[in-house]
Amino acid sequence: MQELITRAKELLADGTVSRVLGWKKGDLGWDPEPAYFDKAEELENFIYNPFCGANLSKYLIAAGKLEGTTLVFLKPCDTYSFNQLVKEHRVKKDKTYIIGVGCHGTLDPEKIRNTGVKGIADAVLEGDRVRLNTLYGDKEAAAAEVLLDRCLVCKGKTHVVCDELIGAEPGEEAGPGELAVNRFAQVEELENLPPEERFAFWQEQLSRCIRCNACRNVCPACSCLKCVFDSSQFDSNQKANADTFEEQMFHIIRAFHVAGRCTDCGECSRVCPESIPLHLLNRKFIKDIDTFYGEYQAGADTESKGPLTDFTFEDVEPGIIAERGGGR
Amino acid sequence: MYRVKKDRLTELFTSVSKVQDLFLPLRKCDQTNYGLWTPEETFDLDTLKTVKSAKDCFFPQSEVLYRCRKEDGKISIDPQQLCDRPFVVFGMRACDVKAVEVLDRVFLSDPVDSFYKARREHGTIVSMACHEPEETCFCRNFEIDPAAPGADVETWLTEDSLYWKPLTEKGEALTAAAEEFLEKTEDGDKTVEEEQTAIRGIVEKLPLSHLDLSRFKQENTMELFDSPLWEEMYKPCLACGTCTFVCPTCQCYDIRDFDAGKNGVQRYRCWDSCMYSDFTMMAHGNMRTSQMQRFRQRFMHKLVYYPANNDGLYSCVGCGRCVSKCPASLNIVKVIKKLGGEA
Repeated sequence: MQELITRAKELLADGTVSRVLGWKKGDLGWDPEPAYFDKAEELENFIYNPFCGANLSKYLIAAGKLEGTTLVFLKPCDTYSFNQLVKEHRVKKDKTYIIGVGCHGTLDPEKIRNTGVKGIADAVLEGDRVRLNTLYGDKEAAAAEVLLDRCLVCKGKTHVVCDELIGAEPGEEAGPGELAVNRFAQVEELENLPPEERFAFWQEQLSRCIRCNACRNVCPACSCLKCVFDSSQFDSNQKANADTFEEQMFHIIRAFHVAGRCTDCGECSRVCPESIPLHLLNRKFIKDIDTFYGEYQAGADTESKGPLTDFTFEDVEPGIIAERGGGR
Repeated sequence: MYRVKKDRLTELFTSVSKVQDLFLPLRKCDQTNYGLWTPEETFDLDTLKTVKSAKDCFFPQSEVLYRCRKEDGKISIDPQQLCDRPFVVFGMRACDVKAVEVLDRVFLSDPVDSFYKARREHGTIVSMACHEPEETCFCRNFEIDPAAPGADVETWLTEDSLYWKPLTEKGEALTAAAEEFLEKTEDGDKTVEEEQTAIRGIVEKLPLSHLDLSRFKQENTMELFDSPLWEEMYKPCLACGTCTFVCPTCQCYDIRDFDAGKNGVQRYRCWDSCMYSDFTMMAHGNMRTSQMQRFRQRFMHKLVYYPANNDGLYSCVGCGRCVSKCPASLNIVKVIKKLGGEA
């Protein structure tokens, strides 16, 4: 971490960058906050640890409007979001200086609490174990149980874009240990359920939605200046579920809108206060896009056309819907 | 002081739920939230904080106020019936109990909110002491004692028993109704005292228990409002409504019409969030034009405006839900520390 601070100070001092976007120490060990650092001395509060789950890419939309270049620290998976934002002309690469930081998995405080641990003061990731310092004594947990969901299907340790790397080897592959599993496994499980059970699953999950819009606001693919759900002219408004179908509308419309652009960064599920597995909706779209248009990873580059914004004669015909629906 | 063995709680709840609605913290999909209990549901008294507070029991996130319908050229208005069924909310923590007082001052002062009043009149609150306060708790700063949570009945949950102490008429009535499950206990006071000492000991040691609120006074309103620190603090804010919707004291709402098609129009109200771009939107536009202003509004309301109008009572109870739920790890504690001169 000291290396990151030292390098940030150098880049501020020589004028390469005007500010630093990183994470700032919180009060509780597990709550670092995304933060701007304008001066070298502010960097004393900089932190990078396994609780720095927040993907800073989206903040660059706002940072890009400021004068000068912004230095940002991106984990490997965050770089996909950055590329996608560049592709969508939301962020300018030349206004950004990226330091790719090494990552060995990020932790989910909510999952730690769900193992029955109370009063977390700090946690250290050591191999496949997490050592926890709590108000009620020292505890331990298996990393696989308390990693953020995204880390369980890690895209690998490669940064798809960066100006330099610190704490990471170029080309280093695979996720943390043996954790990377088939990322579509849960989607397949849901696909295999009878429609009524699948509907019941989503109804139970989505009925907990409190319409806080955190999933939308954190999502790097949700970069509309004004969301349709924020319009006072739209009957389906932003802050209430008029009936049990309403919250499904919100999430389904959102999933459609980010289809082909979602990099599967998992921020939606990370921030959901009700722990709704929203990433599974997006991942279903990704899986279908892979099936119909060939394997595609949004944000892998900044140039290629997206599967849904391109046309080829090999594209699947609309009839596939009826076919897959069993002719209904 | 009464006692009920832990393994008889389900019987107690079943008996209560036969004559009134019973709201309990329910465990669903790895999350605990208040909900109407039926014997098929799993209650969870161990999770310290439900995701949302019990605020919904008195002031639901969304509720219909009336329905309009047009038939044969005539418009009929069908007002929503007020709550007329007694109900019990069980297991509220001291912070959430105090939050009801914050809501009362808003909704029960003139003009009285009839929907809220009806629920308050019909609801009995059974509170529960916080067996193991968490690092996110900071109720001590607001003179709330999680070892003596108050309300109509206060309870303490120990390894094998629930200790039960009625405090009000409503509490006595519920105690009488649940008599067959409650046994009078002589040594209960001692057990409860020990539990209280333990809780208060932990509270003193919590990392957020000792905040300096001295600057948050009416006479400092303009100085706090004009502070350049807001510009710095709001930046990571995503402008989502998580903090407002998990907050037990946030009381702002919006009123909207829902076009129910052939069934006419439903006028409903739903929680609003000062973090949202259309909050306080009026015909001429919106007076708060930036997220900094919206962010400032939330905390100025909690720490300055509300107390100025309510005998110094802060409209934060230190439950810590915003501390654990904010996607950007912003929260009122950071604001108190920064503006209060501690950080």
